[in-house]
Amino acid sequence: MNVELSRRQFVIGAGAGAAGTALGAFGFGEVEQAYATTIRPFKLASLKEARNTCPYCSVSCGMILYSKENPQTKKMDLVHIEGDVDHPVNRGTLCPKGAAALDFVHSKTRVLYPMHRKSGGDKFERVTWDFALDRIAKLIKEDRDANFMEKNKDGATVNRLTTTGLLGGCAASNESGWLTYKFARSLGIVQLDNQARI
Amino acid sequence: MTNSWTDIQNADVVVIMGGNAAEAHPCGFKWVTEAKANHGAKLVVVDPRFTRSAALADFYCPIRPGTDIAFLGGVINYLLSNNKFHKEYVASYTNAAFIVREGFKFDPESGLYSGYNADKHSYDRSEWEYEIGPDGIAVLDREMTNPRSVMQLLKQHYARYTPEMVSSVTGSPKDKFLKVCEYLASTGNGERSATFMYALGWTQHTHGSQNIRTAAMVQLLLGNIGVPGGGINALRGHSNVQGYTDIGVMTHLIPGYLGMPNDKEVDFKTYLGNRNFKPLQPGQTSYWQNYNKFAVSFFKAMYGEKATPENGFGFDWFPKADRSYDHLAQFEDMHQGKINGYICQGFNPLWSTPNKNKVAEGLAKLKWLVSIDPLETETARFWENHGEFNIAEPSKIKTEVFMLPVGCFAEEDGSLTNSNRAILWHEKGADMPGEAKGDAAVLAELFVRIRDMYKKDGGKAPDPILNTDWSYHDPKNPEAVELLKELNGRALTDLADATGKVTRPAGQQLSSFGELRDDGSTMAACWIYTGAYTSAGNITARRDNSDPSGKGVHPNWGFAWPANRRILYNRASADPQGKPWSEKKAYVYWDGAKWTGADVPDYGPTVSPDKNVGPFIMNPEGVSRLFARKFMAEGPFPEHYEPMESPLDNAFHPKTKTNPAVRIYKDDVAQLGTTKDFPFVGTTYRLTEHFHYWTKHVHINASLQPEQFVEISEELAKEKGIASGGWVRVWSKRGSIKAKAVVTKRIKPMMCGNTPVHVVGIPIHWGFVGVARKGFATNTLTPFVGDANSQAPEFKAFLVNIEPASAPVA
Repeated sequence: MNVELSRRQFVIGAGAGAAGTALGAFGFGEVEQAYATTIRPFKLASLKEARNTCPYCSVSCGMILYSKENPQTKKMDLVHIEGDVDHPVNRGTLCPKGAAALDFVHSKTRVLYPMHRKSGGDKFERVTWDFALDRIAKLIKEDRDANFMEKNKDGATVNRLTTTGLLGGCAASNESGWLTYKFARSLGIVQLDNQARI
Repeated sequence: MTNSWTDIQNADVVVIMGGNAAEAHPCGFKWVTEAKANHGAKLVVVDPRFTRSAALADFYCPIRPGTDIAFLGGVINYLLSNNKFHKEYVASYTNAAFIVREGFKFDPESGLYSGYNADKHSYDRSEWEYEIGPDGIAVLDREMTNPRSVMQLLKQHYARYTPEMVSSVTGSPKDKFLKVCEYLASTGNGERSATFMYALGWTQHTHGSQNIRTAAMVQLLLGNIGVPGGGINALRGHSNVQGYTDIGVMTHLIPGYLGMPNDKEVDFKTYLGNRNFKPLQPGQTSYWQNYNKFAVSFFKAMYGEKATPENGFGFDWFPKADRSYDHLAQFEDMHQGKINGYICQGFNPLWSTPNKNKVAEGLAKLKWLVSIDPLETETARFWENHGEFNIAEPSKIKTEVFMLPVGCFAEEDGSLTNSNRAILWHEKGADMPGEAKGDAAVLAELFVRIRDMYKKDGGKAPDPILNTDWSYHDPKNPEAVELLKELNGRALTDLADATGKVTRPAGQQLSSFGELRDDGSTMAACWIYTGAYTSAGNITARRDNSDPSGKGVHPNWGFAWPANRRILYNRASADPQGKPWSEKKAYVYWDGAKWTGADVPDYGPTVSPDKNVGPFIMNPEGVSRLFARKFMAEGPFPEHYEPMESPLDNAFHPKTKTNPAVRIYKDDVAQLGTTKDFPFVGTTYRLTEHFHYWTKHVHINASLQPEQFVEISEELAKEKGIASGGWVRVWSKRGSIKAKAVVTKRIKPMMCGNTPVHVVGIPIHWGFVGVARKGFATNTLTPFVGDANSQAPEFKAFLVNIEPASAPVA
């Protein structure tokens, strides 16, 4: 921000100020004090804020994420999401999808651990990252070693792999996208596309 | 988007067609509301359904699914035959004055252009070109009266699109169609502007690209491209689908819209030689003439120090594509058993690809499948039996499957590119759950393992892998900042100007793609992203929301490619002398010494207007194209073709009903239905409470819209004996789904000539994983065929039948 006080901070500050002044002005000083002790501190004030972007459509609304440390896991847990009023496009608003994005992050159907389903198997089983990554790397290399085409029938160098494919995401970051591209082309993958095709 | 979300506030007329912004892009739609409230802009909605966008419109016109070209072609005819186009803009900024070769013809009887090869379903497009003089310069008739001029050919082509014809093909009442024409025509004067907002309602057709081209042509005729409140605005559907396209995660791309080399491009010189972009008019910018600099800088990012002038910057190591390997082609290959392994990164193809049963058969032929996704997907669980929702026999499916957990938006740093090309950095707000890793880390871990195996054990063609530059601080977990810096690019040696003065020391981040070189002294993975992370730091993290011009430009909020321009082609907001077309629409103009105004000029900053350099600086002709030359598969002027499955014949030319250049596989032809068995038009869409197949995992959204339904008119409900709230079966030649029926006044039968056409509206959001009630893949119904240019599948118009049914059994 190039201004000292953001609109969002201003709104929060103005709200708190108005409540305090109104009670005080009416001569309820003690009442106010007693009342104040019953009020828990404003939760959002103690949370870590991060500026983020809604993961859904490409209006790409600004969001403020609020998180705090989980005493058990020591991980930062997301506790609240609201629209970023400083964002020039959404100006603080979120739609029914964005407004519920906290439940997306906390969805019960998030994948938490590497899972593996054996050929012909009837369930997913939890495996370690090392098992999964070693196995997938081996499968890719096996396919590449067996099917990679260095030259076409005319003898031209083509260095392509058509038997392993990759569909890229649409909500991952540009940075992940670039690494995905580099990964795929380095292996010779031409079966490469992303959600934009649809 | 040529323009931006916030620029919509400058529009006088907003046309929403092929989209439904009020429901699918609600927070972007607010800029339509601003335009209406602040200066009386008019909203016009053209849609088969009376959507919530339509409910807020000043004028609504219905249209039969898949007939947008007939409608917009009619608008072109209206503008030309009533002399309601922006004459100076058209004469100076489009190719209306260019002369087309004698060999180019369109036969209105057959509905075909010259050069058609019926066996190959494609055209020899070599004659679809300008007449070129002996000096290599295109021939013009400034009067535009030559019968071979683009203007005259255009008039002739669309003269057939009379209001009567439009109405009988589209089902739009003639008076309503004409009213839309009038709204648009009110902007063809430089004083007012109109914008088009569209989404997948235009792209998901076998003539999707041409739908968009027709609208772009309307906008060019009206002088609405490059001006505030104008443009042709694709409302993209996913938070970074723009970025993933920019970065080229697509079969045919190198980052920054460079082309993938093919088998005939046997060396780097041949590849570059095929892309020389020689100007077709004297003195034109033809900015793609810098292609070599962008390409060399990309290969330097790909192969680092190993890319040298001697080895063509590593060109040989890079894969060459002998054909398109687009998403549909991939699933055709998979269905034929030609793909062994498949990685889905944040993609649920079983649910999002046409003809779900074909996709499921294909997945079952894979040896292995990897899903890298924050959520469980139907694709990862395709082998599970879920009764009617997903019939499968796990023991018979041999595919080995992995689900790898990754973080989501809230759990990572990085940048996303929104629909209007604005790249904005976001910050991690929480830790990832369980053992999830970042998307980049998963692929980096795999890459390092594969590379180490090739180093240690050898294998086939190790060079492309071993020579890939992977010099990240932590090769198994490159940081987002490192990768953005690589996308932006840096000087590899000291860069000096013509006098020998060093303008950029070695190692420093570049500020602009103007600094890129073709000698290997610069690297940049994606030239259009140069400027995103400069020596001044992370430009995408800028959060100054000020708007000095008051036109919704917000120039210091993030970074918009290219070169932080917020409206593309903005030189065209001024007349040929450099003066704004009107004071009200002043945006970028000539001040006597330089171009200035609200935005970064899309033009040489000091090129004076008397140099006659056209505003469309990427095109070798310097002007925009009403005539698309050889760049579109089915013809230089969009022509009305029916969807692959349609209840009506092609009224323009019964001999050619559907797009003659469409690519369709043999098995899929056999799976097309006809009106005999499938008399109704199906069309799929989203709801405002849901996002594709993600929000069925989200408690609140699953509560808001818990259960699958389809929408039909009261008339169709009566005809088929369907009660609102009752179960129905909807089926096509490819498969069957069940859903609750919502009988609504928002969908009405349309009269096309004497034929009533009923539409069945099919929202897409349910599946067999998540917390919403179980539902069917709506793509069980859709045909496996795509747009002739982009291969986007035809989800918006296909044939179905419907009947009352009993509840599904899970």
